[in-house]
Amino acid sequence: MSTPVLKARGLVKRYGRVTALDHADFDLYPGEILAVIGDNGAGKSSLIKAISGAVQPDEGVIELDGKPVQFGSPMEGRQAGIETVYQNLALSPALSIADNMFMGREIRKEGFAGKWLKQLDQAQMRKIAREKLSELGLMTIQNIDQPVETLSGGQRQGVAVARAAAFGSKVVILDEPTAALGVKESRKVLELILDVKSRGLPIVLISHNMPHVFEVADRIHVHRLGRRHAVIRPGDYTMSDAVAFMTGAKDPPPDNEAA
Amino acid sequence: MTETEQPPRTRQDFENTLDQSDKRVASFESKHSGFMDRAQHFLHGNPTMVPVIVLMISLLIFGVIANNFFSAFNLSLIMQQVSIIGMLAAAQSLVIITAGIDLSVAAIMVLCSVVAGKLAVELGVPSIIALPMSFILGAACGWLNGFLITRIKLPPFITTLGTWNVFYALILYFSGAQSIRGADIDANAPFLKFFGNSIPIGGAQITYGSILMVLIFVVLWFMLNKTAWGRHVYAVGDDKDAAELAGIQTNKVLLSVYVLAGLICAIAGWASIGRVGSISPQSFYEGNLNSITAVVIGGISLFGGRGSIMGALFGALIVGVFQSGLRLAGVDVLWQVFATGWLIILAVAIDQWIRKVSA
Amino acid sequence: MRFNKKFALLAGVAVLSMGGAASAQDAVGACLITKTDTNPFFAKMKEGAVAAAEENGIELSTYAGKIDGDVETQVAAIETCMASGAKGILITPSDSRALAPAIEQARNAGALVIALDTPFEPADTADATFATDNFKAGELIGQWAAATLGDAAADAKIAFLDLNPSQVSVDYLRDQGFMQGFGIDIKEPTRIGDEDDARIVGHDVTDGNEDGGRTAMENLLQQNPEINVVYTINEPAAAGAYEALKAMGKDSQATIVSIDGGCPGVQNVKDGVIGATSMQFPLLMASEGIKAIKAFADSGEKPANSEGLDFFNTGVTLVTDKPVDGIESITSEEALTQCWG
Repeated sequence: MSTPVLKARGLVKRYGRVTALDHADFDLYPGEILAVIGDNGAGKSSLIKAISGAVQPDEGVIELDGKPVQFGSPMEGRQAGIETVYQNLALSPALSIADNMFMGREIRKEGFAGKWLKQLDQAQMRKIAREKLSELGLMTIQNIDQPVETLSGGQRQGVAVARAAAFGSKVVILDEPTAALGVKESRKVLELILDVKSRGLPIVLISHNMPHVFEVADRIHVHRLGRRHAVIRPGDYTMSDAVAFMTGAKDPPPDNEAA
Repeated sequence: MTETEQPPRTRQDFENTLDQSDKRVASFESKHSGFMDRAQHFLHGNPTMVPVIVLMISLLIFGVIANNFFSAFNLSLIMQQVSIIGMLAAAQSLVIITAGIDLSVAAIMVLCSVVAGKLAVELGVPSIIALPMSFILGAACGWLNGFLITRIKLPPFITTLGTWNVFYALILYFSGAQSIRGADIDANAPFLKFFGNSIPIGGAQITYGSILMVLIFVVLWFMLNKTAWGRHVYAVGDDKDAAELAGIQTNKVLLSVYVLAGLICAIAGWASIGRVGSISPQSFYEGNLNSITAVVIGGISLFGGRGSIMGALFGALIVGVFQSGLRLAGVDVLWQVFATGWLIILAVAIDQWIRKVSA
Repeated sequence: MRFNKKFALLAGVAVLSMGGAASAQDAVGACLITKTDTNPFFAKMKEGAVAAAEENGIELSTYAGKIDGDVETQVAAIETCMASGAKGILITPSDSRALAPAIEQARNAGALVIALDTPFEPADTADATFATDNFKAGELIGQWAAATLGDAAADAKIAFLDLNPSQVSVDYLRDQGFMQGFGIDIKEPTRIGDEDDARIVGHDVTDGNEDGGRTAMENLLQQNPEINVVYTINEPAAAGAYEALKAMGKDSQATIVSIDGGCPGVQNVKDGVIGATSMQFPLLMASEGIKAIKAFADSGEKPANSEGLDFFNTGVTLVTDKPVDGIESITSEEALTQCWG
């Protein structure tokens, strides 16, 4: 077994008297799509926030490429190469696609204008944004200066995923990417996810949608009561089994990787 | 990780029919056809056009109905008359773009002019030192607003309502509720009136204050549209949580906006001495509301994140044009107030209509 | 409604008990409520009231509205004042009519109410009014301006820089007084703007400050660049008007007249910015007011009006360095010793 890209052991996060993470473990291997499923309140979001840097765990260790890391903010996680596409996408609706793709990591012009006037190289940013969208087959979006709010839900998801894929050098985390979408758009986004995977980036996919999970995931991390309950392969179990593990109706198999 | 056999990827059966469906998921649909639709989309993409059009139309109308209106001199006079409120509107725009509001702009301005006057005219501090001190004071006032809003997490409206009163009390304290006369400024610190100087161009009298106002707008336009900071300001106003998640240090951005707004107010304070001719603690009491009026008429959304700062310049000019035009047309003052009121309502209504384009 | 009754009862009890407490200490309470505390005029008034209160053993509380026209704050001040059991209220009403109900309540509760500077409408809303004769103040500068122009007065071009669109009494009294003095038919004496004299270029409002004065002057000069007489509601507006004239190179063509007698205004008379100003005496209004409250507390006697007027006239004096025959005036030098602010 190769080294996990991202590995966590014994993560604990308490909010007052509530324990959101109770010695949770986590492994993400190179090039895979790992789905994270779990009932509401099982601690999925806390887990994702802990590994992306949005919250700081009280206990436990996180290793990126085998080296221990500690993220004080989502920005630090991002700088380490972990990109997260949040459920609300973290896009600014009134700003253009290009502006959104480069939000927080704008490119400045060379020379005087960039150095002293801090002028942005908007042509360059547009060009790159266009390239990135094209790579993912999203270049049917004609106008890169179009405000994001004029895009459909799927298109917005596309922009957010493209942004993550463009800048995520190690890991891309997708939080419920299909939750708000219709059938057709969900399909498009799933294809997008596989596209990103084919470019070698490992993906963490948080989803409630079992068919989608079983379709694209290589492995499924079942989260329950604040910890990793089981890890299964979609080929070995049915969706009903997965739901049964998730809800505690069925115990995980003894040979499972989570043990 | 072993190379075990991957389970075959199957689409859900019910999704197979999708093959026959429209594949243009990510294409921009241009199905809006009517004139109103097209106008709405055009204005959505170019929010500044609304005030520009209104300005043009009102210039034309007053040019026809009011004597002496359409002269170079009168137009330059309108520029002068709106210059101070225009500068306050520039500061106000910055704050409003972040979805905030600053009720204290005029108080900061007057406070800075009073302090500069107190130092330079009464205490004999050279203007070249007194003015930077007043700028620092303005920035500090802005910082206080920003600090209360970002660190103590108070709503901008409440915060600046409070600081407005605080700064106003300081104005009374420093000025003793007394104006500093123009003649005393001329005698002791004429540089304070620098922005009252003007350049005659043809029949027009372009004051340095008018030029300064335009300059402030141009610089802010550049900062907002051509720098990362400006994009962040818009992002924070548009959706603060999203901006935070996208990696923007939103509180830092907000704080910088309030400090900059305070600094602009202080500069406006200097310019106001040139405009008014004296330093008056009683002038510009309604400056904050007038600045908000200009911003709103300029098509900058009070909900944040939308509108161009240039809109505020046009908004201020529209108010000036209306007041001058109605005045010259011999309309009573109360109808000027009436007209300004409807302009505000109209501007907000148009803003709401344009925003619906995305729905 | 039951709540309201209960509340009124409680408030009444509070008033009674506090009044009782005050009389037990044998100190007469009084309140001074001014339009604003920004204007040095009111600062001087306060100074006069504080000094007189000390002299007469009166406990004085002072209140002020935020801006001219801020009725709510003044109503609240009257209520607070009554709740504290004050024997008398000195007030410069921000609105001559709107405050009447609150004043009536205060009087019903037994307080002596004296309007300072600005009369109520009708004037007997208050027990007495201690004020400058604003009409007279306007008349003096009107007469002076006409006399200074001499024969040219017949073709004068006059700009009127008034206070605000509400046409409050001080505004129309001064404006119409000036017209009367200058020799203009004023028609309705409580109405600004109903005159048809060709010498009037126009009226504009200033909010009584420099910024408003400048803008208004600019606007009127746009209507007629020949303006040679400028009436201003007060001296800050006059200072603003002067800046506008100067910027357009017309400062030597026009004569500015004003009303107030604030020290910067008097200084401006000295510097030739203002041709003449009518000085009023806010300190006197307040100190006389306090004395009246003292007399009322001691003997129940209410102050009387000046002869022929519906108020007690605290006097007005013309200040100019270019005196004309037949109009009594003092020089700016003398005035500087009496000015306020």
